[in-house]
Amino acid sequence: MANDTQQVLTAHTGQPAVFEEARDPVTRRAFIKSVIATGAVASTGGLMLTGLSGCSDDATPAAGSVERLVTLNINGKSRPVDVLPNESLAMTLRYKLGLTGTKLACDRGECGACTVLIDDVTHNSCSTLTHSVRGREVTTVEGLEQPDGALHPVQQAMIDELGPQCGFCTPGQVMSGVALLKNNPSPTREEVREGMAGNLCRCGAYDHYLNSIMRAARVS
Amino acid sequence: MYAFDYKKVASLEDAQKVFESADDGTFMAGGMTLIPTLKQRLASPTDVIDLDGIDELRGINVDSHSVTIGAMTCHADVAASSDVKKAIPALAHLASLIGDPQVRNRGTIGGSIANNDPAADYPGALVGLGATVHTTKKTVSADDFFTGMFETALEENELVTKVSFPIPEKAAYQKFPNPASRYAVVGAFVAKTSDGIRVAITGAGPTVFRVPEMEKELTGSFTVDAISDIAVPTHELNSDLHATAEYRAHLIGVMAKRAVADCG
Repeated sequence: MANDTQQVLTAHTGQPAVFEEARDPVTRRAFIKSVIATGAVASTGGLMLTGLSGCSDDATPAAGSVERLVTLNINGKSRPVDVLPNESLAMTLRYKLGLTGTKLACDRGECGACTVLIDDVTHNSCSTLTHSVRGREVTTVEGLEQPDGALHPVQQAMIDELGPQCGFCTPGQVMSGVALLKNNPSPTREEVREGMAGNLCRCGAYDHYLNSIMRAARVS
Repeated sequence: MYAFDYKKVASLEDAQKVFESADDGTFMAGGMTLIPTLKQRLASPTDVIDLDGIDELRGINVDSHSVTIGAMTCHADVAASSDVKKAIPALAHLASLIGDPQVRNRGTIGGSIANNDPAADYPGALVGLGATVHTTKKTVSADDFFTGMFETALEENELVTKVSFPIPEKAAYQKFPNPASRYAVVGAFVAKTSDGIRVAITGAGPTVFRVPEMEKELTGSFTVDAISDIAVPTHELNSDLHATAEYRAHLIGVMAKRAVADCG
């Protein structure tokens, strides 16, 4: 079973799973990531050399191609990363930079699970080419926490209101909520509904998310 | 996605030069249609030429008789513009109804009309207001710009630069959106302009079209009752899983009447 999981993960990313160092070296998430990475190396060495399977059929870039080694501004940090010309920002964030808080679901700009902020404006990162955000400020759900570990008011309100059900769409919902409150700190419920309209929730927890954003607006 | 090369350009001249030198290049405005299309492998360009860096294509200019919007201006900017809201409130309202916030932050007016999706909103505004499309090669009226499903008067390597909307006496847009995508199942744009009444319907047929019978009746009497008996023939309307042609024909009447009522 564990081996199956490793196979699927590697086939999906199709590249050496190099994740960023977690701040705390022994967090549960970092531990799981390290196991996945090691298992992938041991079990599917051949697959890893075939390029990002979700992005491209062809790992060899065309002649005169755009410079692949770029430096991105992610959550206030400069992150050098090797990016294919046809790579989406969601792929880069998740599978090159280990920022797996950004979720990929529909992968076609419909569900909003991959929502990130680019210069403080919400974008579907699945439908944004990574090369197009050079020189822009990208904020993912990992970048919302204060340096002292305090959660963003929207994140805290999600917990206090039991906003999420399964939680998969939550990072995208949080990012939309954060952007909404930046522009409109005291929205009406209807304005929140409109502002969050780009984020689908298969559990149907929309009202709970609305409660969360309304609470975040009250406390912040 | 198939492999392609990514080229970011800073001027219209560069964009056209890069397109010339590419084997099979494609321009990208906001990418809200292009990127999903590439992901579904419905297109395989050798080069994607990103127009995002061309600052001259962005911006809104309002004078006493027209609203001019740069091709790379995103829907969110049009929806939020106090100048547009003041000059042509129906246009700002239409922009605010496109897709969802993430799409409006990225999608552009130039991309929308160059793609000419049958269910797109902007073609309704362009034809409804009698707008003028400016391109790198010509100036063309909206009536002549939209030529068919996903077809426009644009030639290869020709780019929309801006769209100019004459300010109407009054105008309104009403659409019946697909509840998931917010694409127009049927959208009706009604305007009372200095050149007469215009009724444009988007979403219902292969491309945006006018309804001369409604325009004629509304010229006689600009009231909801004036068009309540007009039936639009179904044979050229779209029929798909979202709505049958008959349902769309019915919606054209309903949305047009609502738009007339909205004009006040």
